[in-house]
Amino acid sequence: MRIQADQEKCCGAGSCVLAAPDVFDQREEDGIVVVLDPEPPAALHDAVREAAAICPAAAITVAD
Amino acid sequence: MTTAQRTAPPTPLTLPATRAPGCPFDPAPGITDAARGEPVTRATLWDGTSCWLVTRHEDVRAVLGDPRFSADAQRPGFPFLTAGAREVVAGKPTFLRMDDPQHARLRRMLTADFMVKKVEAMRPEVQRLADDLLDRMTAGRTSADLVTDFALPLPSLVICLLLGVPYDDHDFFQERSRILLSLRSTPEEVRAAQDELLEYLTRLARAKRETPDDGIVSRLVARGELADGDIATMGRLLLIAGHETTANMTALSTLALLRNPAQLARLRAEPALVKGAVEELLRYLTIVHNGVPRLATEDVVVGDRTIRAGEGVLCMIGHANRDDAVFPGGDALDVARDARRHVAFGFGVHQCLGQPLARVELQIAVETLFRRLPDLRLAVPYEEIPFRGDMAIYGVHSLPVAW
Ligand code: HEM
Ligand code: SF4
Repeated sequence: MRIQADQEKCCGAGSCVLAAPDVFDQREEDGIVVVLDPEPPAALHDAVREAAAICPAAAITVAD
Repeated sequence: MTTAQRTAPPTPLTLPATRAPGCPFDPAPGITDAARGEPVTRATLWDGTSCWLVTRHEDVRAVLGDPRFSADAQRPGFPFLTAGAREVVAGKPTFLRMDDPQHARLRRMLTADFMVKKVEAMRPEVQRLADDLLDRMTAGRTSADLVTDFALPLPSLVICLLLGVPYDDHDFFQERSRILLSLRSTPEEVRAAQDELLEYLTRLARAKRETPDDGIVSRLVARGELADGDIATMGRLLLIAGHETTANMTALSTLALLRNPAQLARLRAEPALVKGAVEELLRYLTIVHNGVPRLATEDVVVGDRTIRAGEGVLCMIGHANRDDAVFPGGDALDVARDARRHVAFGFGVHQCLGQPLARVELQIAVETLFRRLPDLRLAVPYEEIPFRGDMAIYGVHSLPVAW
């Protein structure tokens, strides 16, 4: 799995951080998404897919 | 009589719609019925204009996630639920009713303040405020109105702290926000309340220039990018959105759990469920109950309908949150359900900025209330509870409880 997050699209409400805290975080200065682990282990894949599904700005893309 | 034999046209849906008596937690049944046959359907607004209602989860996400649907309420044809609501945007719009890039520029001045990390760090403070309020509510008493003594002051105190607004002025801003959110307020009342709030917040911004603190208003002033009037407009959005919503969710959630004792028992037995239970309550209760408005700027196909450029749309998030395709058996409250895909905070780039804060406040409020008051119950017959069918944000006007 490979994750990309589009920081231009992100609106910073943090749903991804709640869904997959080991993979996503928010930048200190403006709350915009950062990917902590762009190639997370299999155990986190479901959480990442959930994060991508609930992201309101369609900012997270996941390629298998 | 020939008229009687003519096929009557289907009763037109009119908005704001009313809920069924006896089912105060369920969204308006007229819309539910219409949506069953036609998930994208037409309705007539109070002023005789018509707009589209979008009711399926998938379609609501599609509309709110699509930049061809504008949130700019100053565009002709934008749907308003009341004359008062139209008055609110006649003045200076907040970023809630702007499109990108203007919206993103303003929103991004605040995203750091509401990000998950920042808000999670406030847990101990929110917990202390909740405990203080309950100490005071229960001292020497066995009953109280949960709205005035707990549900409303908790988020009001928190948003005041965050903004740097003195909580002592709460009577003033709570009354103004009640007028702004009432579907019964006249345009004149709305304009007066709006002006008074803006004046108050403009004065506050000016005062922060002299004596800065680390609240949001003061930091917006220090940033130097916005005039005091613009800071006041932003402050008004945060102040109102920041306390009315969580307050109503807290009281309505309490009532919903008291009315569903098996669910409450389950939550009490498994406190770890509280985070998921709050998502489920947000879904089940959807207090933004009159629809999230947008205007099509191009022809767009939604479901099996074409919405034309210039036509208004109301995304009925309460109905979308009961969509069986996503939430099977969604008419029931189930604290163990995975409800994270609910759209109670909206969807798209305008999705609630304050959602991490609302979550922390609600998790703490619900957990603390039911832990500290194991015998919490209604102090009046259920039939006497005044529901807020007359307000833009649903909930209860008061909730008399005993313990
Ligand atoms: C249970 C509590 C809450 C609910 C159900 C709720 C619901 C919503 C909804 C549905 C929207 C989207 C409106 C639209 O797209 O037109 C929204 C936007 C917003 N909410 Fe909340 N809200 C809650 C709590 C809060 C809190 C605590 C704050 C704190 C300041 C807040 C601040 C905002 C702001 C600033 C916006 C505008 C965001 C934008 O346009 O980019 N909300 N909220
Ligand atoms: S869920 Fe999407 S919009 Fe929200 S912070 Fe994460 S990437 Fe940004």
